[in-house]
Amino acid sequence: MFDFSIILQEWPTYLQGLGNTVWLVAVSLILGLSIAIPLGICRNSTNPLLRLPAWAYIYFFRGTPMLVQLFIIYYGAGQWDGLRNSWAWEWFQEAWFCALLSFTLNTAAYTAEIVRGAIRTIPKGEIEAAQAFGMTPWQTMTCILLPSALRRALPAYSNEVIFMLHGSAVAGIITIVDLTGAARIINARYYSPFEAFLTAGVLYMVLSLCIVWVFRRLEQRWHVHLRPRSV
Amino acid sequence: MFDLKGYEASLLEGAWMTLQVSLLSVVLAMVLGMIGAVSKLSRYRMAKRLATLYTTVVRGIPDLILMMLLFFGGQVFVNFLCTQINEHLNDWVLQGNAQHEWTAYVPEYVDISPFIAGVLTIGFIFGAYMTETFRGAILAVDRGQLEAAAAYGMTPWQVFRRVLFPQMVRHALPGFGNNWLVLLKTTALVSVIGLDDMVRKAGLAAGTTQLPFTFYMAVALIFLVFTAFSTTLLKWAERHYSIQTR
Repeated sequence: MFDFSIILQEWPTYLQGLGNTVWLVAVSLILGLSIAIPLGICRNSTNPLLRLPAWAYIYFFRGTPMLVQLFIIYYGAGQWDGLRNSWAWEWFQEAWFCALLSFTLNTAAYTAEIVRGAIRTIPKGEIEAAQAFGMTPWQTMTCILLPSALRRALPAYSNEVIFMLHGSAVAGIITIVDLTGAARIINARYYSPFEAFLTAGVLYMVLSLCIVWVFRRLEQRWHVHLRPRSV
Repeated sequence: MFDLKGYEASLLEGAWMTLQVSLLSVVLAMVLGMIGAVSKLSRYRMAKRLATLYTTVVRGIPDLILMMLLFFGGQVFVNFLCTQINEHLNDWVLQGNAQHEWTAYVPEYVDISPFIAGVLTIGFIFGAYMTETFRGAILAVDRGQLEAAAAYGMTPWQVFRRVLFPQMVRHALPGFGNNWLVLLKTTALVSVIGLDDMVRKAGLAAGTTQLPFTFYMAVALIFLVFTAFSTTLLKWAERHYSIQTR
């Protein structure tokens, strides 16, 4: 019933899928994080002109499925004549660009919420101390608030990275050959769902374990000050 | 922008399907989660190991892959099983009666419905997340209270019903709420294996009207309504169950 020789034969497809999954997730995480930090700060702002748009953005992207977001961008873009006639249309025709865009916007929303939580739980004394030292609000933010908040956000962020890896599987639906796409190709070619999807599942699992390992190392490095003191 | 060209009813039908899948799978997930949590906390090493394997595997593999594995793989597996059963039964009858003609005792080909496959997979996946939530909630209940209840002569079921469960709910609710919100969004994936849920209905409508943005946006808004409603309900439940601790 099982015939894993197919996989040995078709490993280049999986390798290609693995590569595509890794770069899609990595690039969207980096872009998403760079949007998320200002977004998280806006979400905490006392100015409603900054806070409300950030709230609406986060609410929309966290409240709807990533598959639907991807479809809105990939299929929905064609509905706008203005977009079709502009230079951007060339990009929106590419499945990988749409996937990258929707993943980035999605992870930015989730990460912004993590950043917001981390900033909110910062001890008041740290901010007051910074102000007492005569730091400007910008200095307080970049030298005191963010370094401490981002460190404490690390465990929550590692969860987000794994969710992103798993969420990226939807890229396989819009013709991208990521790990899921590779498994679908093999399944369609040989009608052997167990071999095809189990292999992809194992590869995803290995990636997840790698992420867990990397974050454990990062936590060891950056959470030294939080560890219980040994006598 | 939101002229749905007469597809409102179709979309609502899809939304009802999405809701059905979510509700049925969350019930399954709770049952599996409770079994998983109890196994993880039990004295039996085998049960512990199995539960740990379950949660690790499920949380390491994307839901879409698991869904396709169960849907396409389940199809192959069930048909393989049916053929085997038929062969064996016929062989066995043929030994007793040489005149026996080959008959199909179980159907030769069984179609797994996307609805059942969807509910089973989503329930199975979120059972693993619920296991972790429930495990934490059980651990948060004071051991001494359980011992006291047992000392009063309550049966294990009574201890569960009167002491453990009411307190567990309080600790489990926030985690349960998160899981439910993620589950609700995950159901969008069943459209990929062919279930006529709201995403697929929107896709069909978008195909004929050439208005994909409008229809997928409408789906997104319906999902927002679902999540907003759930959050309100969950907040109320959390308040309700925390009254005694205030």
